[in-house]
Amino acid sequence: MLKSLQIEPEKCTGCLQCELACSFQAEGVFNPAKSRIKIFTFHEEGRFVPYTCTQCSEAWCMHACPVEAITLNETTGAKEVLADVCVGCKVCTIACPFGTVNYSQDSKVVYKCDLCGGDPECAKACPTAAITYVDADHTGLGRMRAHAGQSAGIEAGT
Amino acid sequence: MAWTGKVLRVDLTKGKISEEPLNMKWADQYLGQRGLASKYLTEEIDPKCDALGPENKMIMTTGPLTGTIASTGGRYSVVTKSPLTGCIACSNSGGFIGAEIKAAGWDMIIFEGKSPKPVYLYVENEIAELVPADEIWGKSVWAVDEWLHKKYQDPLLRVATVGRAAEKSCLYAAIVNDLHRAAGRSGVGTVMASKNLKAVAVRGTRGVGNIKDPARFVKVVNDVKQALKENPMTGHGFAEFGTQAMMNIINEVGAMPTRNMRETQFEGAGKISGEAMHEPRKSDGKPNLVTNAGCFACTIACGRISTIDRGHFSIKNKPEYWGASGGLEYEAAWAFGSDTGVDDLDALTYANFICNEDGLDPISFGSTLAAAMEMYEAGYITDKDTGGVALKFGSADALCTAVDLTAQGEGFGLELGMGSKRLCEKYGHPELSMTVKSQEFPAYDPRGIQGMGLAYATSNRGACHLRAYTVASEVAGVPFKTDPLVTEGKAELVKAFQDSTAAVDSTGLCVFSTFALTLDDYAAQIDAACAGDWNAQKLEEVGERIWNMERDFNMAAGIKGEDDNLPERFLKEPANSGPAKGMTNHLAEMLPEYYDLRGWDKKGVPTQKTRKRLGLSGRMYG
Repeated sequence: MLKSLQIEPEKCTGCLQCELACSFQAEGVFNPAKSRIKIFTFHEEGRFVPYTCTQCSEAWCMHACPVEAITLNETTGAKEVLADVCVGCKVCTIACPFGTVNYSQDSKVVYKCDLCGGDPECAKACPTAAITYVDADHTGLGRMRAHAGQSAGIEAGT
Repeated sequence: MAWTGKVLRVDLTKGKISEEPLNMKWADQYLGQRGLASKYLTEEIDPKCDALGPENKMIMTTGPLTGTIASTGGRYSVVTKSPLTGCIACSNSGGFIGAEIKAAGWDMIIFEGKSPKPVYLYVENEIAELVPADEIWGKSVWAVDEWLHKKYQDPLLRVATVGRAAEKSCLYAAIVNDLHRAAGRSGVGTVMASKNLKAVAVRGTRGVGNIKDPARFVKVVNDVKQALKENPMTGHGFAEFGTQAMMNIINEVGAMPTRNMRETQFEGAGKISGEAMHEPRKSDGKPNLVTNAGCFACTIACGRISTIDRGHFSIKNKPEYWGASGGLEYEAAWAFGSDTGVDDLDALTYANFICNEDGLDPISFGSTLAAAMEMYEAGYITDKDTGGVALKFGSADALCTAVDLTAQGEGFGLELGMGSKRLCEKYGHPELSMTVKSQEFPAYDPRGIQGMGLAYATSNRGACHLRAYTVASEVAGVPFKTDPLVTEGKAELVKAFQDSTAAVDSTGLCVFSTFALTLDDYAAQIDAACAGDWNAQKLEEVGERIWNMERDFNMAAGIKGEDDNLPERFLKEPANSGPAKGMTNHLAEMLPEYYDLRGWDKKGVPTQKTRKRLGLSGRMYG
């Protein structure tokens, strides 16, 4: 079963545990600056919003890459960067409508979320379940349950 | 390892910046953050120096676990000599800048001397430069934060800065980072401004990678996160109510200092409590609390993000305060509320916003205002002195006006900025100042919680709840329950809390995690991350060493045993209601036993034998 990262911003506290877990898995350092997932703070509104690659089916980044350095992982559905093939042309960073592919000055290639090969560290590190890894066909299940509960007069449904 | 091993030294007088290796021998004896920076400070400055003179130094310091994934690993401290107390000051803050300093490659930044002109420090990894700050001198914390983010076009820049209060020499000015987290107590912000240093802006992209045993570290950290999750306070209570969970509890045990500590229960506590922050307002149906928030790496997330009712008189015509910002924690809610008799949640939140906006310690501000209110009601202070502000207990208007004046250093605000001790002395009534070693009391009345009386009296930074939070034991039963109304066993309890807290304050982790963790848990994380062998016993020794070193410094600075005292109010005026009704604090029953347990002589001076046992230098003070 293919799984997707599901993000529920209303549960996020902005603690950056996900960024730390991500950077440690990917680069061996606790370093938000190297994280593939980012938390955005909307101070005036009092909101924290995690954001990362949604692994588009028709991935703009993959199509844009002139050297085929971005490939599909058939098992996880992730679009993965082959660091030794990437030439650092950054075309994919322009092609991605969501900004989730970025260039690294240190490695001279691009980097993005690869779902940690099917066991994403961000979801495991999140203390509030704002990031979960769920059935890709049913990312709306939690919200459906909440609304189903509401329609039946049951408050706690999430 | 886990330390970066690098210290950034900033000579403000000469405008010279240099890099030096961290003293690893000291790191083994004092760990990091509070302990290690205090070691540097005590070695480098004369304890008798003028706290606001160029000879004082100010150290911004991280701990070995700051910047790692260890839960609550975002803490940094500011260590200096306090202008408020004359004692060693160590103010601890969360938010994100501590981890950013570490990610930039620095364990600590030592500021020395005084810049001839206003400057700020910009750090980008190994690059550090002093930049003229003329354009931001005279501006608030929030304005400076915005200005720096605009200038560098970098949303991820982390900023710590002082506001206008510090520039106007308010003696309890804070250093505010990330808009609403603060190194709040003892006037560390006043020291920063005295050096013509307006702000520190940091961007670190190197991260923390030098973990001794990464696999073991991640495992231990996960175990600790689980322990925090399963504890009722750190797993649930703090997220839902913040530290404001304490408001109703402490009021019920009769230890809620009220109206400058004349009373021990506040009839309005329910209106300003953590629970009240969840109640929908009548005006717009929205609660005060927007969300809870976590500091860097914190899985507890006790932080409050709040809004003020847009129709409230304090912000009616001020749209700049209509958005969400840092909300009330228990200490602030108590100081603005119970201690001044004000039960208007919006007014309290406004005072909180202003303390963040211009860098004031809410405890010292509220407590000083409460003393002023008592003097005003007694006629010792008149409208002529206050510029016409009627400082009446319970007046939300007085609170909001007073906080504006103090934040901006205008009118009577300049006098409130002197702190309670100096203000009460000026008007001839020092007995009305609720302070120890010139620092204002926090929110636990020592008549209803006896151990806290000893904790306040002997705290190395003046009255403070965070040096030995025996409330945990006496009220919450952590790590075991003791009776808050008895003195027996409290000397030992206070010493144990002081030593273990000094160790925890040196790790880079937050003291709130102690509700769920033991020293074994901290030791396991440090041992997996850091060079050397670390266990709970060693941490206890480190804590005791730090405590005695701080004491040594204070004695050399001129503090004496008789300063380990409480205001007469707590010793002579019995509590008027609640479980402690009829009781005073029995400090005299606890203090001699405490000195004895500490290995100090009858005057409270650490003996040579104690110094030798702890490996402290032979320097003898007192």
